Parts: sequence; structure tokens; C-alpha cells
Amino acid sequence: MVRAMTAAAPSSLYDTAVLTGDQLACRRGGRLVFARLSFEVGNSQALVLRGNNGSGKTTLMRLIAGLGRATGGALKWNGVPVDQDTEAHGRRLRYAGHLDGIKPAFSVRENVAFWAEVWNAPPDDVDKALAAFGLTHLSGLPARLLSAGQRHRVALSRIVLGRAPLWLLDEPANTLDDTALAALSRVIADHRRKGGMVVMASHGESLIDDAAFLPLDEFARHANAIEARDPEASAA
Amino acid sequence: MSAFTAVLRRDLTLAFRQGTDTVTVVAFFAIVAVLFAFGVGPEPNVQARIAAGVVWTTALLAVLLSLDRLFSQDFDDGALDQLIVGTDALIVVCAKTLAHWLATAVPLLIMAPLVAMALQIPASGIAPLMLSLLLGTPTLSLLGAVGAALVLGARRGGVLLGVLLLPLYIPILIFGTAAVDAGLLDVATATPLKILGGFLLLALALCPWAAAAGLKHALE
Repeated sequence: MVRAMTAAAPSSLYDTAVLTGDQLACRRGGRLVFARLSFEVGNSQALVLRGNNGSGKTTLMRLIAGLGRATGGALKWNGVPVDQDTEAHGRRLRYAGHLDGIKPAFSVRENVAFWAEVWNAPPDDVDKALAAFGLTHLSGLPARLLSAGQRHRVALSRIVLGRAPLWLLDEPANTLDDTALAALSRVIADHRRKGGMVVMASHGESLIDDAAFLPLDEFARHANAIEARDPEASAA
Repeated sequence: MSAFTAVLRRDLTLAFRQGTDTVTVVAFFAIVAVLFAFGVGPEPNVQARIAAGVVWTTALLAVLLSLDRLFSQDFDDGALDQLIVGTDALIVVCAKTLAHWLATAVPLLIMAPLVAMALQIPASGIAPLMLSLLLGTPTLSLLGAVGAALVLGARRGGVLLGVLLLPLYIPILIFGTAAVDAGLLDVATATPLKILGGFLLLALALCPWAAAAGLKHALE
């Protein structure tokens, strides 16, 4: 069991909560990606998923986001399995994956404002989000003119819209320059000060000093060992 | 509800700004119908006889042409992931299907009388044609949403979509043309129109759920 560490005393912005992975296993395309994976993240805590390419970081991320299903074990929020109410689970998280979901025909601001409306966030959150990632001067620009790094910043800026306690960031450092990395770590620190949780996938450097690490390579090895020993039993 | 209006408004704005999609569909509709007019020749009786079937078949193919992109754009750029996580898949399906109908079928409806006139449909057939399209095209969009959700992520999804959907469109085609023929023969058009209305209600009750399930499955 990997337990994440607390950065600061939890404040009251978010309700006290804990996200637990309990003996999770996941099979994709007939292959067991990981098995017997357990973790726990509470208020103000950060968990960094470490692993090589193909070790299941994105699979686990999508599973936590409710976009995949575990073949074994359970993902729980305050002890209640999240698949009992996937919609409520979706509302309490923000997921920043590899695909940015940005519409080239819209301006930067329109792109962010659309998600604010979808997630029922207050309208002035849009400006806060743009400012947090240094995008204010680009807000009128059509998104098709953005560079890869700028697009990624627009995609990331959506996590601060509304008030979702759980942030899932899949390799957020990709394509970001130093300024943007600093902005991202500020935003993450701020989120954790308010009691928010962060789960982040990373194959290299970490943006968070005091995070707990979940070494996915180890669980992938577990999975390989299980499959090698007994392909029948591990299907369960 | 805010997610519904947000998605609906976004899709309509996108359709408006990337006007090519709508223009392509409408132009396809007009051109294919006119091809029939040339192919059949200038015999007014023959044209009028086949016109209802031609308009309906062409409208059906035009709708099919646009369905390919109903979910695939959002699927490819990751927006669908975010939408399914943050809201109910059912709301997403309903908003996107309504936007599809407004952005493609409504322009077709506006174009239909002109195409009908080019095919020399007598005036008594225009009103039943419009009514049948008004009742039939939402069913095309709804069934199309199920198909579009099922072929997400498949190679050559557009072709697959045609194979999947066109057989399901046959009943709508039959009763759509039956309504126009009834108008031309001056018998009651109410029966085929009521049946089209029945199809629409059935599609409204079943298709959004099926499409939502298809979307969730595609993203897993």
C-alpha cells in the first residue's frame, strides 16, 4: 500500500475525502497490465505514478477518471466504490490527458469558457484559469494558431475551472517550457493548500517535491509473474 | 442542463464557422437530385412519378454523409473523454444529435422544395413531402447517432456506418415516399405521416440510451 503524504494542514475548501485503490487489476487487449495495485490519496496529498512507457500509467489514470473498468479490485471514494455512481465521481475530478480536446475554430477563451459552462463553473473562473497559465494575452487568438506547448497550456488551464477536489494529470510536463512548468507547480501547490488531491503520471522529473510515488513497473512485473504462473486463475 | 446548452451551442457554432460541412451536405443533396433529373430525361410524368423517392433517397444519403463526424471529431481530439467524465453521456448524445439535426437536416428541409420543383413534383406533393421530411429526418439523426457511436474507433467507420444504417433507414424511406404519393394521388396523407411520427417517438425513446452506451463502450 502506497500512502501519499500531506503537504499542509487540510483547509475547508473541499470536504474531507480519501481516494483508495484496493487491489486493482486491469487487463487490456488480453494482457494483464498491472495487478494487486493499492494506493491511498487524501486531502492535500499528491501521488505520482512512475513507470516506463507501457507500464500502465495512462490505463490507471483513465481507470481513476472512470473511463475504464478494473478487471479486479475496486476504486473507492471515502470507502464507497466509485462505479456505484460514476456521474458523481466524474463531477469531483478533472482529467488532463494526452489529447487536448481543443477546437481550432474557437479562440483560446471560447475553448476554456465552453468547459466552464459544461462543468457549471462560475464565469470568472475562465479569466483566473487563463491568468494562472499565462494565457491572458492570447485569449482572443484562434486556437489553430497556437503552438503545441500553448495548446497544452490551454488544455491544462481547464483543471482550475470550478471546484473539483481530485486532479488527474497525465504527464503534464510534456511540451511545457520552464515558465509554464513553474506556473503548473504553483497551481498544483495552491490546489493542495486548499485540500485538493493530485494524481500525476510522470516518467521523468517530478513537479511535486513531497509526493508519494507509485512504481508501476513493479506492479507490471507482478502482473507478468501472475500470468506466467497461472493464466487461468489470473483471468478473474 | 447547462452542459446540454453548452454542447448544443458549441456544436452549432462549430457547424456555422466550419460551414463546409453543412454546405457539402446541402450541395450533395441538390446535385444528386439534379443528376436524377438529367438521367431520367425531360419526361414530366416519369420525373413526377419517381421524384418523391429520389428526394427521400438523396436526403437520406446526405444525412449519412454528415453522420461520420457526429462523434468522431470529439473522439479524436479527446473532448469526448472530458464530456463523458464531466457530465452524463445521455446529455452529450441528446445535445449533439439535436445539433446535428439543426445543422444538417434543417438546411435540407429548406432546400427540399427547390429540389422537388426541379424534379417537377406537382404542388399538391410539396406539403406532404415537407411534413414527411420534418417527421422523418429527426429519426434519421437519432438512428445515425447510434450508428456513429458504434463505429467510433473503427477503421473506415464511414463505410461501415452506411452498411449499418441504410437498412434501418428503409422503413422511413417507404413511409416518407408513401406520404408524398398519397398527396399526389389526392388520398389521405395522414396514415404514413402518423407512422413516421410513431417511428420518431420510438427512436426518441430508444436511440439516445443506445448511443450513450455505445459512446461509453468506445471510450473504455
